[in-house]
Amino acid sequence: MEVFLIGLIAATLRVATPLILGTLGELFAERAGILNLGIEGTMFCGAFVGFVVGGATGNLWLGVLAAIVAGILAGLLMGLLSVRLGVSQHVSGLGITLLLTGLSLFGFRLIFGEPRIPPSIAPFERLPILSQVPILGEILGQYALTYIALALVPVCWWMLYRTNFGLQIRAVGENPEAADAAGVNVFLTRYLALAIAGGLMAAGGAFLSLAQLGAFTYGIIAGRGWVCIALIIFGNWQPVRVLWGALLFGGVSALQLRLQTTGLDLPYEMFLALPYLVTIAALAVAGRNATYPAALLKAYKRE
Amino acid sequence: MLAIQMRGITKRFGPVLANDRIDFSLEQGEIHALLGENGAGKTTLMRILYGLYHADQGEILVDGHLAHIPSPKEAITLGIGMVAQHFTLVPPLSVAENVVLGYTKGLRFDPGAAQQHVAEAAARFGIKTDPAAIVRHLSVGECQRVEILKALYRNVRALIMDEPTSVLVPQEVDVLFETLERLRGAGLSVIFISHKLNEVMAVCDRITVLRQGRVVGTVDKAATSQIELACMMVGRETFGVTRRGESPQGEARLRLESLSALDRKGLPALKEVSLEVRAGEILGLAGVSGNGQAELARVLAGTLKPTGGRILVDNRDLTGADPTCFLVAGVGRIPEERHESMIGELSVAENLVLECLDEFTRNGLLDRRRVRQHGEQLIAEYQIKAQPTDRMRTLSGGNVQKVVLARALSSKPRVILASQPTRGLDVGATEYVRDKLLEQRDQGVAVLLISEDLDEALALSDRIAVIYEGRIMGVIPAGEASKEQLGMMMSGAWEVTRGETEN
Ligand SMILES: Nc1ncnc2c1ncn2[C@@H]1O[C@H](COP(=O)(O)OP(=O)(O)OP(=O)(O)O)[C@@H](O)[C@H]1O
Ligand SMILES: [Mg+2]
Repeated sequence: MEVFLIGLIAATLRVATPLILGTLGELFAERAGILNLGIEGTMFCGAFVGFVVGGATGNLWLGVLAAIVAGILAGLLMGLLSVRLGVSQHVSGLGITLLLTGLSLFGFRLIFGEPRIPPSIAPFERLPILSQVPILGEILGQYALTYIALALVPVCWWMLYRTNFGLQIRAVGENPEAADAAGVNVFLTRYLALAIAGGLMAAGGAFLSLAQLGAFTYGIIAGRGWVCIALIIFGNWQPVRVLWGALLFGGVSALQLRLQTTGLDLPYEMFLALPYLVTIAALAVAGRNATYPAALLKAYKRE
Repeated sequence: MLAIQMRGITKRFGPVLANDRIDFSLEQGEIHALLGENGAGKTTLMRILYGLYHADQGEILVDGHLAHIPSPKEAITLGIGMVAQHFTLVPPLSVAENVVLGYTKGLRFDPGAAQQHVAEAAARFGIKTDPAAIVRHLSVGECQRVEILKALYRNVRALIMDEPTSVLVPQEVDVLFETLERLRGAGLSVIFISHKLNEVMAVCDRITVLRQGRVVGTVDKAATSQIELACMMVGRETFGVTRRGESPQGEARLRLESLSALDRKGLPALKEVSLEVRAGEILGLAGVSGNGQAELARVLAGTLKPTGGRILVDNRDLTGADPTCFLVAGVGRIPEERHESMIGELSVAENLVLECLDEFTRNGLLDRRRVRQHGEQLIAEYQIKAQPTDRMRTLSGGNVQKVVLARALSSKPRVILASQPTRGLDVGATEYVRDKLLEQRDQGVAVLLISEDLDEALALSDRIAVIYEGRIMGVIPAGEASKEQLGMMMSGAWEVTRGETEN
């Protein structure tokens, strides 16, 4: 039982890492009033760019950095479409997801052709020293990126609630007219929020290809971006509550993997569906009192 | 020394010439009124000064220097602040956060320190506010004080106030005027937009009148009168609209029997309200706002279900029916929040048919040509200054109200429910609306007029009911009512007994 629990907690943190990064990113975008549906594509692009750069240079951290840069560019593109040109956020977000997914697959074909088994690299290692700790070693011995993701939760909270920039983001997401009249540059604030968002999302994608899998596959993101969007609602747009959502989803995902091996006589699809069912149930309960940023989905322009 | 000078400002919105070569100057330490009817171009001119719009032509001088104001940020730097017609505050943020927003230095935001700074500024300028309070929980008057503080906190030397009194109750207006006079003493210049002549005369030093985008003239308060100003504003002499004699009254069209309802917080808002409105009369419902008028309007629109009692229209029981049933039964509405009853992104013609879409539907499709024709016809009939295809949100307040009126009256209602129908309207538009209501009454429609303006209630109504804390304090014939008596009833100090009510 002890072994089972420790294994479960360790796996939960691992599965939750890309979700934490993705939701924190989406959180910045949505608090600034932009629903970034480009998240799925941005994560996919991050996984791809990270994998290629990490593999080519042999420096995995360089891969992460490249992914973040790609994510920032994706965020700025979202800004150009939805903030500057005032295109519907749904349309521009989905467009970016389609574009980045297509571009990444195209790049993949150019570089790797059509391999029968997915290309792989030697991934990040889990922090070796912490792995040596007795009993808890398995829990503590996580990837550095997992620790970074966890540390980013209070950092993001601090940025949103204890910096002037954060105050401007919150104001712009609630009432851009008011922020504008008060002297805040609404466009710049939204661009910056989207850039941060894109960087975080892409880092989440890179975690999958460079740490968790050490490989790149077509289905590497598998809808995690959409899950992040649901988790934001579950977390009521608060950084810490969003973390609980990511851990809950990670926990149920880790649990279903273990349940599959217990020999219960159920189709395995039932297990796979479990985390999503839990998300829907949790959303149904928590989402009812959701107080979303009032300016979400609304393009701002002066007459 | 002149604080601000605007020269030859011209601004077009498509075919509309909102500002036509306007010259305007503001001296230091004066309160300067900008007076004009709805749509005269007051807000437009001030939005240009504050950097929210850009003039097509003309120049702005601040302290004698040519100024370029591409956005509010530059306006603030120049020392110009604005309190907008519709508040520009962020509701979920605190007062302190709203005040310092956009006017902070450095990286860190310290809520405690911000609250302290704001408290100090509030004390310095003599403005009462709680820096820690969340703006969403504040009353309109409090919100306005936050807006003023927000501007003063930015060390502005000229403050634009766009119709600051239209949202305030009389006591709050007094407080505002005291504040403005104190600030003027400290050297602040104020541009005070209004169309209420008595307020302009009470607090301003000079008055500039706009009409249809042009300056009619600038006058000193000492050298003018309300009558002259009204004449300048509308371009003709005005006569108050009042009830024209008694009209034969018919049967009860709208009857409320012991109606009770709860407000949004779940507290009793209406307590056993019984009223009847007869064909061919206007029943005025007077009362200080927040005494159940809003809930009564919602119940009669079918958007709030009563918890007890009955609503009868033409003796048909409509208690708890949905909004469509009320419309079909012939209840026309002029709602209090005129913007909420319209869809800003839809065109004027589309808004005009919103309540009767079925009539304009053929084979499940909207007949766009007839919608347009209908729009054109009503626009002509009600003298609305707009095209059928204009987006609703671009209309000025008076024109929005005319659209509301056109929509309500074009369906030939049997009962009209009018809530604060002239609030925020200028003299001309007010006369127009009152005239239309009286016309309906003369045609035998039953009108329930909810008004906080006692003069209006007295001028238009045949009988006046007073509501206080959700209860009807009594109903008296308007001819026998005095302001003092109604005032006492409105404050709950006096109640007409049941026996007297049945007249
Ligand atoms: N953003 C806009 N787009 C198109 N037309 C506009 C816009 N803003 C104002 N207008 C038009 O310009 C004219 C002047 O409007 P403005 O809002 O300045 O009037 P106002 O004097 O402030 O009236 P009110 O007393 O109703 O507030 C009106 O005819 C209005 O319809
Ligand atoms: Mg205006």
